[in-house]
Amino acid sequence: MKHRTFFWFILPSLAAMILFIALPTVSVAIQSLFVEHEQVMVEVENCGPFKCETVLQVDTEATAVLQEEAPLGRFNGLRTYANRKHLAFEQVGVAWDETETFGAFFSELLNLPFYKALIFTLTYTFVVTPLVVVFGLGVALAVNRVPSLLKGPTIFVSLLPMIVTPLVGALIIFWMVDADGIIGATLQRIFNDPNLSLKASTPLTWIMLIVYGIWSSTPFSFIVFYAGLQTVPKETLEAAKIDGATRWQAVRFVVVPYMMPLVVFITLMQLMDNFRMLEPILAFQASAKATSLSYIIYNDLRGGDIPQFGSAGASSIMTIIGVAILLTPVLIRTWRDFNRKRA
Amino acid sequence: MSFMKSFAIGATAALFATAAYAECEISSGRVNVLANDFPALKAVTSTAAECTGGVTVEANHNKDFRNITVQALTANPAEYTSVIVANSSIVPLLNEGLLRPLDDLVAKHGQNLKKNQLITIDGKIMAVAFMANAQHLFIRQDILDQVGKPAPTTWEEVIETGQAIKDAGVMEHPFAFLSMSDWNLGEEFVNMYLGHGGEFFKPGTAEPAINNEVGVATLNMLKELVALSNPDFLTYNTATVVPIWKSGDLAIAQLWGSSGGELLGGEGAQEGVAENTVLIGAPTVAGGSTPSSSLWWDGFTISKNISDEDAEATFIAMVNGISDKMVEANNDAAVWLMDSYTPGPAAAGVAATAAAGADPYPMLPYMGLLHQAFFEELPDFLQGNESAEQTLADIEAAYIAAAKEAGYL
Repeated sequence: MKHRTFFWFILPSLAAMILFIALPTVSVAIQSLFVEHEQVMVEVENCGPFKCETVLQVDTEATAVLQEEAPLGRFNGLRTYANRKHLAFEQVGVAWDETETFGAFFSELLNLPFYKALIFTLTYTFVVTPLVVVFGLGVALAVNRVPSLLKGPTIFVSLLPMIVTPLVGALIIFWMVDADGIIGATLQRIFNDPNLSLKASTPLTWIMLIVYGIWSSTPFSFIVFYAGLQTVPKETLEAAKIDGATRWQAVRFVVVPYMMPLVVFITLMQLMDNFRMLEPILAFQASAKATSLSYIIYNDLRGGDIPQFGSAGASSIMTIIGVAILLTPVLIRTWRDFNRKRA
Repeated sequence: MSFMKSFAIGATAALFATAAYAECEISSGRVNVLANDFPALKAVTSTAAECTGGVTVEANHNKDFRNITVQALTANPAEYTSVIVANSSIVPLLNEGLLRPLDDLVAKHGQNLKKNQLITIDGKIMAVAFMANAQHLFIRQDILDQVGKPAPTTWEEVIETGQAIKDAGVMEHPFAFLSMSDWNLGEEFVNMYLGHGGEFFKPGTAEPAINNEVGVATLNMLKELVALSNPDFLTYNTATVVPIWKSGDLAIAQLWGSSGGELLGGEGAQEGVAENTVLIGAPTVAGGSTPSSSLWWDGFTISKNISDEDAEATFIAMVNGISDKMVEANNDAAVWLMDSYTPGPAAAGVAATAAAGADPYPMLPYMGLLHQAFFEELPDFLQGNESAEQTLADIEAAYIAAAKEAGYL
């Protein structure tokens, strides 16, 4: 395709991407460099149904004047990124100086909200992503062997976790693992421990979230692999069979290499999605045991009465950087393959 | 028969129509109310909607209303002409100056309002309160009788009684409070800290003053209480605890007074639970005399960015919404502040808590940030992962970071 034709061809989607993705990202990045104006406070007398008291209140007129002068707020540079709610350089430095062992330093680190969230987010991402790829391929191979009469219903049932709205699916499981729910009560019976609670223990909550993540994402990778399986060349498979390959060897040496581009595609998608996980934490009410980077953003904006836009912006930008770092190895690999094929 | 029936219905409808017509007629204007979602507030807005004439009355009840108030009222003209707020949710609106002083409207249309309903800030009326709420104890009289304990008046007695119930094998987890690791848990800290007589801020500043012995005592008391609660306590909010109470698996709980009507009504409850449910005041702690609870009011405000006509229409409709007629029809739905209210057993707990001198929840611009720091840092301590001192230092650090960003420090 000529460069000119190509340009006109992608112009609409390029424009949409700039408008809906690039510009909002830039605006978030700018927002993260600013904090709110200094609030001008005045002492006033407040009276309510219970009593009167003298308290500080924001002087809205004086603050409005400040806002008029600089609508974005005070420029704060990268200090929001460095504060305790984010990278916490100061606190990390103190912890490094004061702790003797690496374990002690690590537990100090986990006490800081950003690092605590980062640890869970990374664990979740690196456990869920490979398992989703493996299980998706497994389910696809199994469904491919099902007699054609049963194929339709089997595919439908396998896709159910993806069809159910994530929040609803998570809530259903949350009720099932309740101490009075079917899974929770059964586990208590199996382990003969009436105090066993999936919601009360941190490791069990992590496992629950990870299992939920695998359950809800596997159908996506299954359907992609299943579509891919239909295009695996029959001749090669037959040739392998004639050469005496077992079923396992046929999968290992014919199907998997053929599906490698799909594996890369699903890995990319899953890395991005899992790094941004939020709904399961809310639905499982797990924020006391596990927080993710997206949860921090959510909590800044929705947790209290006063939304903290600068802080949320900084966390968003760091999430984007995190995703970029995670995707780099996969993208480099794809780029090399692409160049090799072109050469 | 059918003629009689339809006649009767027609006549009643006509009667109601005239009654409403006579009570509240507004010739023009737009009324749109944004409010939290619980029955008492719905009673107010639906009564306000009975106003007739050229006026349109709409209401949006939403549990997440706090998250949209500022944006919705910043627009000019504002989407909502009125927001029903509480001590804490009025603060962001005051900070941004989005509320209209009501002095002239109160003088013109508010003759029936009592002085203590008027929320004044710096001498200007900014809201009209109509109901009170507070967290206080709910007890199961039959269970307490079974272990031979009186109704607890202090948190120490709650622990003693709870332990006795546990030891007697009646219940494994006899106690619950609203300890979900979100806003709810922050409120429990606030209540317990107020009960210990603590101050949240250094006087006249936004600097935190919680990292002290009072804070440590507060944390330790909370930890003793969660030991009597179900291990799932970090997921307990009103929606979780109320059904557990109804199923008869709790003996003592600290809940919102506004849950009282439902729990005493006993709909969907096990036999014998509602009959034995008693509402008593919030307990004191550590030998203090102030109940460990904070007093809350709910009231209506009028937006600044709307026309005077809409503001007047809204005020008249809302005054109708909190009229004697509404109180009489919904007497037990809340602890109303109006004179026509007859306190029943559902109000006993809030009334006792207020009478014992509980403090109102601090209506400070930066209180929300401290409240958020409480619930972000408390779970680590309650799960036994760190010391009380470390938790208080964390709360202080988290608050300072947030308050600096918001421009208070």
